[in-house]
Amino acid sequence: MPIKSVVKANLYKDSVALMRVSQLVIARTGVERATLLMGTKANKELLAQANILEAGVKDAQPSDIMIVVEGASMDSIAAALREVDALIEGEGTPRSVDGKAEDRPPRSIAMALGVAKNANLAQISVPGPYAAAEALKALHQGLNVFLFSDNVPLAQERVIKQLALKKDLVVMGPDCGTAIIRGVPLGFANVVRRGRIGLVGASGTGLQEVTCQIHRLGEGISHAIGTGSHDIHEDIGGTTTCQGLDMLAADAGTDVLVVVSKPPSATVRERVLSQLKSVGKPSVVCFIGDGAAEPPAGNRVRLVSTLQEAATAAVAAARGTGVVTEAILPDISGEARKLAAGQRFLRGLYSGGTFCAEAQVIWRRSGVAAYSNAPLDAQHRLPDGAPSREHTAIDLGSDEFTVGRPHPMIDPAMRIARLLQEAADPAVAAIVLDVVLGYGSHEDPAGALAPGIRQARDIAARAGRHLPVIAFVCGTEEDPQRLSAQEAKLRSEGVVLAPGSTAAAKLAAAVVGASAGKR
Amino acid sequence: MDKPHRTPGLLQHDLSVVSAGVAGLTDAIERSGTASLLHLDWRPVGDGDPSLAWDLATLTGDSADPECAGSRIDRANAEAVTRVIGAEPVWSDVALHASEIWPDMGRTLLHAGPPVPWQGMCGPVRGAIIGAILYENWAKSPEDAEKLAASGSIRYAPCHEWGAVGPMCGIISPSMPLLVVTNRAGGNAAYAPMMESGGARTLRFGAFGDDVVAGLKWMERVLAPTLKAAVARMDGGLPLKPIIAQALHMGDDVHNRNTAASLLLLRAVTEALLEADIANAPLVEVLKLLRADDMFFLSFSMAACKATMDAAHGVPFSSMVTAMARNGVSVGIRVSGLGPAWFTGPADVPVGLFLPGFSEADANPDLGDSAITETAGLGAFAMAAAPAMVQFVGGTPQDALRYSREMARIAISRNPGFTLPALDFVGSPVGIDVRKVVDEGLRPVINTATAHKQPGMGIIGAGIVQAPMQAFTAALRALAAQHAGRA
Repeated sequence: MPIKSVVKANLYKDSVALMRVSQLVIARTGVERATLLMGTKANKELLAQANILEAGVKDAQPSDIMIVVEGASMDSIAAALREVDALIEGEGTPRSVDGKAEDRPPRSIAMALGVAKNANLAQISVPGPYAAAEALKALHQGLNVFLFSDNVPLAQERVIKQLALKKDLVVMGPDCGTAIIRGVPLGFANVVRRGRIGLVGASGTGLQEVTCQIHRLGEGISHAIGTGSHDIHEDIGGTTTCQGLDMLAADAGTDVLVVVSKPPSATVRERVLSQLKSVGKPSVVCFIGDGAAEPPAGNRVRLVSTLQEAATAAVAAARGTGVVTEAILPDISGEARKLAAGQRFLRGLYSGGTFCAEAQVIWRRSGVAAYSNAPLDAQHRLPDGAPSREHTAIDLGSDEFTVGRPHPMIDPAMRIARLLQEAADPAVAAIVLDVVLGYGSHEDPAGALAPGIRQARDIAARAGRHLPVIAFVCGTEEDPQRLSAQEAKLRSEGVVLAPGSTAAAKLAAAVVGASAGKR
Repeated sequence: MDKPHRTPGLLQHDLSVVSAGVAGLTDAIERSGTASLLHLDWRPVGDGDPSLAWDLATLTGDSADPECAGSRIDRANAEAVTRVIGAEPVWSDVALHASEIWPDMGRTLLHAGPPVPWQGMCGPVRGAIIGAILYENWAKSPEDAEKLAASGSIRYAPCHEWGAVGPMCGIISPSMPLLVVTNRAGGNAAYAPMMESGGARTLRFGAFGDDVVAGLKWMERVLAPTLKAAVARMDGGLPLKPIIAQALHMGDDVHNRNTAASLLLLRAVTEALLEADIANAPLVEVLKLLRADDMFFLSFSMAACKATMDAAHGVPFSSMVTAMARNGVSVGIRVSGLGPAWFTGPADVPVGLFLPGFSEADANPDLGDSAITETAGLGAFAMAAAPAMVQFVGGTPQDALRYSREMARIAISRNPGFTLPALDFVGSPVGIDVRKVVDEGLRPVINTATAHKQPGMGIIGAGIVQAPMQAFTAALRALAAQHAGRA
């Protein structure tokens, strides 16, 4: 396919602005791919991995925009490049009526502190290679940090977390997708009731799901403190996790503590559990996929293995009932009976990485070992760009899918393309989708997915197959997108709706379990 | 480090958020009703190199940690800028020949900006060197002068390294007379050549004809002795700070507009000139010059700023710029805590107005030591005082105010001695902090004249230019290395 690369020198745009341009250019000109990235070393590596690091952009500087367009013809590429120009120029900063006399808004944290004298938190979502520097500046100047950015060097993460500890400040992140502090959602977060349950989590979508489930069960959230995905690694040592637990332990508005993360290193695990034993408040720990589940270490610390259990256990603890009710699953046997004999494999197409991990864990317990681009073990790794293989759970939010394209939580196009690909595979027994609501996400994700789901089921139907699509919506009625409205749109496409991520994964496992039993 | 950690207090107060990065991620904060938000116009610092961003961050001051690198720099800068604000520059003398000040000068020619060999010099500086060689009578023709200039037998050095500053090409040769300005507070002195008043064709703009040499000879023979006699009559010399402060209130920036300051100088020296034992003919010539040349005060302003900034150089760890100078090819800065080193970047062509018949295509890149005025918190930093200046770039008086407001973002302090009426008499921003230039991505603005890029052509316009970021990023790396080495 023809490809063309150009550089726009000495013009900075943030990645979201560039993705917006990319999205609009693809929509308006129909080119295959339009990648716009600043010319940093890391971005060049991303282009190289995608095999589109062309001579035209090799010498770009970090302050230049690299533009790579792939299209069916050189004409469509030229049209796309014109569109890129028009959109980038249209992005100019607004000027005042009298033009030049307008002062620039502050660029630096230092300058901002001259204006916002009571500032207590820096929210940082700049490109990863620059992010730790901004965090370091914020900490020195006395601010706590919510660090949304990903791809921060581990050595820098260590430095900022150690400084935060020394200064009695907290760094949520890097790679921290979500937090709720005093009812204020940060990053990608849902609108949930305020209440007595406080959370600490290394997993963004995991925290979103547990806070939403708690909300739906009628309880509320005091605070949800994100730690970023690396905090639980041996190298970082759970610094933020332990600080977060301290903060919640000391917080008068928090009665129950919940920890949600992928399995931590052994030392961090031990640290967290021993800290919780001494807290004096009941707590729930969900290390998704933690093989070494141990019996409860006393009445006050409860270990659970799924997001749904985390929510129900926390609600039970907050109410002092001690009874955890398992969610009732809808009956899937009718769907399973419609499957043809060759339809044997599950395909999870997730926009949330934690959901992808939780599904693999749940499936494995049912004897379903899935391949993944983010697998539980190395032997089930699916190489970048490879098609699905047997049972597969894909994290579509990972780098291989998001270079030059918007994240699937923001733009469904890429997920729909994958969905249609899976629908054409006669071996597929069911497809699982997550639909994430809240601030930061697509304004109508279910509505955007609906045509793709319809088309996928048509493709299967034309080949004489019934294709079950199982989905769950991570969100609340109070979210800007409204849970009920989003569920209704999915339901009208014949989607089997699960009440949460855990239930969706179990339902999917039941589909192949039931059909296997049939054979 | 061994103190017990306290629980972070984040949950105790309503959120007040400073946001850098993706704008769409702040919607929820804005709608929360309880949290306040300030979204930055963030972009990568300096030249966009992530390692530079990290270096810069490690040099951030921390009020809770007086021993961290940034706090040490903050303290050093406070000391350095106090010396700037406390300077007392006084016009104390005229040296009839540069060789009186530097007896072993020999065949040395001083030039503006950072060091540059003959082969690397721009057209106007080459022209001025040819002119200076003819003036010194080291050669008989421009062709011979050029051969001598390239022969290796002339030593070239930056004015700045000799305690001097020169406008535009900034050539100082052994026979040239120099103004002497003493900083009473610091006990140091600085030197500058007097302004030639030859219209467009002057040595400082790279012209070297007979008329130019004759003008230089007149300055040596008539102007210098006359002014020397006058200043000798003034008890303790002429304090320059009061003149500069008043001129700012009269529409000057004392860099590219010196109309008021030159008149104030004329008022201050007239009586002394008349009282001194000077023949009538030269006296009339000098008075005519002082009356006619709107820019005559620039030499005084520059020497005053140099005497001021030299006293603030050498404060260990300080990140304050003490010199910013251009040789027509590159712009160099020196930093108080980084010793004699120059940090350079390519010089831009000034943006502005051109004399009839010339255009940007004829313009030489930025040139001259006169940016010492901006370095000391005058010139473009005090642009709010000189709204007429923005006509050079087609701006409005509002733009003049904006320049001063913006330069405050990269300045360490404000100078209570130099106030800006149009900004409610706030002090002019003073003391460029290398860290702030890089952090804000905001390059110092310089008011300047423009020379023709060919030797011998002279002035062709005036306007505004910015110092290159590269000079500041290089200095920042040196600061980071200094602290890394110490840690």
